[in-house]
Amino acid sequence: MMRFMLLFSRQGKLRLQKWYTATAERDKKKMVRDLMQIVLARKPKMCSFLEWRDLKIVYKRYASLYFCCAVEEQDNELITLEVIHRFVELLDKYFGSVCELDIIFNFEKAYFILDEFLMGGEIQDTSKKSVLKAIEQSDLLQEEDESPRSVLEEMGLA
Amino acid sequence: MALKIVKGSIDRMFDKNLQDLVRGIRNHKEDEAKYISTCIDEIKQELKQDNIAVKANAVCKLTYLQMLGYDVSWAAFNIVEVMSSSKFTYKRIGYLAASQCFHESTDVIMLTTNQIRKDLSSPNQYDTGVALTGLSCFVTPDLARDLANDIMTLMSHTKPYIRKKAVLIMYKVFLKYPESLRPAFPRLKEKLEDPDPGVQSAAVNVICELARRNPKNYLSLAPLFFKLMTSSTNNWVLIKIIKLVSCFCVVKYLGLLAMSKILKTHPKSVQSHKDLILQCLDDKDESIRLRALDLLYGMVSKKNLMEIVKKLMLHVDKAEGTTYRDELLTKIIDICSQSNYQYITNFEWYISILVELTRLEGTRHGHLIASQMLDVAIRVKAIRIFAVAQMATLLDNAHLLTGNMQRNGICEVLYAAAWICGEFSEHLENPMQTLEAMLRPKVATLPGHIQAVYVQNAAKLFSTVLKSQEGSTEGTAAQETSQLMIDRLPLFVQSANLEVQERASCILQLVKYIQKLQQKEVEVAEEVSALFAGELNPVAPKAQKKVPVPEGLDLDAWINEPPSESESEDEQPKAIFAKEEPKHSRSRHTEVDEKELARRREARKQEQANNPFYIKASPSSQKVYQESPGVEHIPVVQIDLTVPLKVPGLPMSDQYLKLEEERRQKERADKKKKEKKKRKEKRSGRGRRHDSGPESEEDITPAHMVDIVTEEMPEMCLTLNHKVCDIQGNLQDGSQVVVSVIFENKCDSLLKSMEFNVLDSLNSKLQRPEGSGPHDGFTVPFQLPPGVSNEARLVFTVQSIVMPQKMKGTLTFIVKNEDSSIHEKLDFKLHFTCTSYLITTPCYSDAFAKLLESGDLKCSSVRLEEVNMPFHHLLARICFHHHFSVVERIDSCASMYSRSIQGHHVCLLVKTSGQTVSIDAKCDEPTLLGNVLDEIKQTFSQC
Repeated sequence: MMRFMLLFSRQGKLRLQKWYTATAERDKKKMVRDLMQIVLARKPKMCSFLEWRDLKIVYKRYASLYFCCAVEEQDNELITLEVIHRFVELLDKYFGSVCELDIIFNFEKAYFILDEFLMGGEIQDTSKKSVLKAIEQSDLLQEEDESPRSVLEEMGLA
Repeated sequence: MALKIVKGSIDRMFDKNLQDLVRGIRNHKEDEAKYISTCIDEIKQELKQDNIAVKANAVCKLTYLQMLGYDVSWAAFNIVEVMSSSKFTYKRIGYLAASQCFHESTDVIMLTTNQIRKDLSSPNQYDTGVALTGLSCFVTPDLARDLANDIMTLMSHTKPYIRKKAVLIMYKVFLKYPESLRPAFPRLKEKLEDPDPGVQSAAVNVICELARRNPKNYLSLAPLFFKLMTSSTNNWVLIKIIKLVSCFCVVKYLGLLAMSKILKTHPKSVQSHKDLILQCLDDKDESIRLRALDLLYGMVSKKNLMEIVKKLMLHVDKAEGTTYRDELLTKIIDICSQSNYQYITNFEWYISILVELTRLEGTRHGHLIASQMLDVAIRVKAIRIFAVAQMATLLDNAHLLTGNMQRNGICEVLYAAAWICGEFSEHLENPMQTLEAMLRPKVATLPGHIQAVYVQNAAKLFSTVLKSQEGSTEGTAAQETSQLMIDRLPLFVQSANLEVQERASCILQLVKYIQKLQQKEVEVAEEVSALFAGELNPVAPKAQKKVPVPEGLDLDAWINEPPSESESEDEQPKAIFAKEEPKHSRSRHTEVDEKELARRREARKQEQANNPFYIKASPSSQKVYQESPGVEHIPVVQIDLTVPLKVPGLPMSDQYLKLEEERRQKERADKKKKEKKKRKEKRSGRGRRHDSGPESEEDITPAHMVDIVTEEMPEMCLTLNHKVCDIQGNLQDGSQVVVSVIFENKCDSLLKSMEFNVLDSLNSKLQRPEGSGPHDGFTVPFQLPPGVSNEARLVFTVQSIVMPQKMKGTLTFIVKNEDSSIHEKLDFKLHFTCTSYLITTPCYSDAFAKLLESGDLKCSSVRLEEVNMPFHHLLARICFHHHFSVVERIDSCASMYSRSIQGHHVCLLVKTSGQTVSIDAKCDEPTLLGNVLDEIKQTFSQC
């Protein structure tokens, strides 16, 4: 099971964090800081897997963003790498050639996508199609919520 | 009330949304903490309002701040409020915030139970979805206990979207509230066969996690998983299952199975894992051991045969359970004897192995060992001396083998031993001793067919012994030998086995006769040995084919015409000779005829076989072959035998192994010397190739530049009547701009005394020749005959380049006709676009990335609608008109770069989807960037 997933930039700015086990804020901060330090110090040709505390860290850099997952000891690193890649593919499909800024400005969307792909640290659906469909449908629902009301209605004047 | 709503909404319009917050934080790099603290104050105000939209917006911003490391736990209750909103938009944000911020010690979680339950049973599947997703992050033991039943119901929801989420969250529930596992498990198991692949993979994931913690409890699911493994096409699921199955220890078996398949096509790649496979022989699971054995069979080579067999022999000793041991034995023999003993380099070693194998108790495969002994002894002439000696020892120690006669299949080897000692008795060191061993009373307890061989070969031995004894001086020794035979044979004459009885009595009579002759002191040895004269040669299985058919013999001709009717229609046609010797078939037979004939012949044979009155003929034709061409012509199977070394003392297979290793080491040493030389040569060769490497790479590089268009300056045209002036902007570093102006004379008259003047602005000035005043013009240093064009270069000094500029100017000149000349004036404007301050500068992607990351670039973006051109044209256009170079292009996305004369970096990220092009740009000078983007936009609006 995946314990958590982090997205951070080359400069060590956290862009996304998802914790699949409830963790106290203080511990989270420390773990994120430690891990970022370790991963950012690694050279490009170094292995994407490393052991850290009792976890296995799998990370991959896409442009300026690091995608970093912590999985348990018995988990398969390669499938985790695939998970990362699949997530990137999903982001890419959704945002259309995704870049770091997309994730910064639409960070809640990135979370929604991640939540449709992984749940509780397990892969929820391996099909890109069905994940994107679920997001699309939810977005549609959201627009329905918002669109029928005109500005005037919104202001309580209609 | 209405007023309140209005007020709230108006406030909201001026609120920061998430994007504003993010942008704000990015713009306040220096005083980020201060900025955020004011933002948090604003958020606190927003949370106090009644408008849920405002609250949701505030919570959304808080979630972002939480990620940046700010404490937002104080807003937990507001998060719950937003979660409870009836609108999906807000609920979604609320649950997201909760999943990011809540943990077990968040006390407001208690308040959420009913809300979550309500959402779980919502008719809208997406409401249920967000509730499940959120819950998976912050589920507590209390929530798990209270909601376990609701979630269990959802596992059978009609929508697969809900089912898969419910299945996944069950794992979290199990962890927090283990009591729920028992009632939920049957349903979970059902989900392994859910028609929806998503649900199925979710179930696999959960069960894999559970099983990993305690594999034994889930062994009963192994068949189900195996079925999934063979039927599923989802690699994600397969990896999980294999990982799980490895907990069940089945994966080794599968690995071996796969290897045996690979072995057929890529034997080398499997051979490198020899040690691993040998290790599998130690596995406690018998099926794995058997698989490994199968593999070894295909893996042996001349090099490793001895080593592998040695390992196998060790296992034979250790093996418990006769089935596996027998399997080992047959495998050893199979491995050694495969492809006509192809891999055996030393037959003495092999005989020793066979002899060692006879020590196995209770094996069923004695006959197998026996037939191998016979085969090798007969076919490998050079080994006979050694084999005979070994067999004699075996016969001598027969009592050791035959502990329990009846059950013991190993006594079969005595059959081979007796025959070999008899047939090749001339090689025996002490034939008398062997003869005695063969006539021991205990032999009578052996199975009949073995006794028969004993008796027959005792006679052969007897003849050999006679021969040696008669040659010596003591004549009595021979008589004593005859007496021995006469004493011992009656035991066999009484045998219940007919063949033993018949042979024994026959030989007994013979010996008695010999004895009589001996008593008359007649030398009989020669005649007795004549009985067994002649050497037995091995015959290849296909030797029969090579025997030529004698002239005049037509194998296809009927001896008797076949009966007309044929009864057994469904009998398979089976041509015996027709296929092998097709050239002998008569030409008048057609294909169909032959088949028909063969079928009839088969039918006839069947009939004859069933007819008790039909006397079956001995194969007379074969006799004919043997007589006419002679035995010499029968091809003999030759076995390639390389120097079998004679080992002194008791031969043990291990010794051979050592010797073999020594021999090979020697060979290897020799080879190495040769290889070293070769390597040296190779190395020098490689060195040369390395040198040429970069050259070829350089040759390739141009291919990477396909998308880059060579730089050119834009043109600005000015027209006046029939004359055209082209002004081409050319730029140089710093603040100097060189403008090359092309003058073209389009009229029929000569133009001369051209004077070029511009009105200087504060920002831009024309550099005039020294000594001239600020308003003097620049005299163009040439005349223009009709139809001729020429170029003049003018230098301008520019202070700021961030804004486009227009400069007014005049060109005065004289038009000279044949009879008159007119003074004329041309007004023009010089347009300095921002683009013209950019210089195409190549940039590597890593430098580009560094630049973007440096964080001191401001960003801006522009959207182009209805751009109807291929992406590469679009890029080419930007490159051409705006002096950019492409840094990297991936599908419909490209990064571009350019640099101003004053060193501003301009980076573009161009994306296209359909007819819309979005350009995100970064530059350290926002004004310049804005103007460049406007100019780009204009370029595309014109096309």
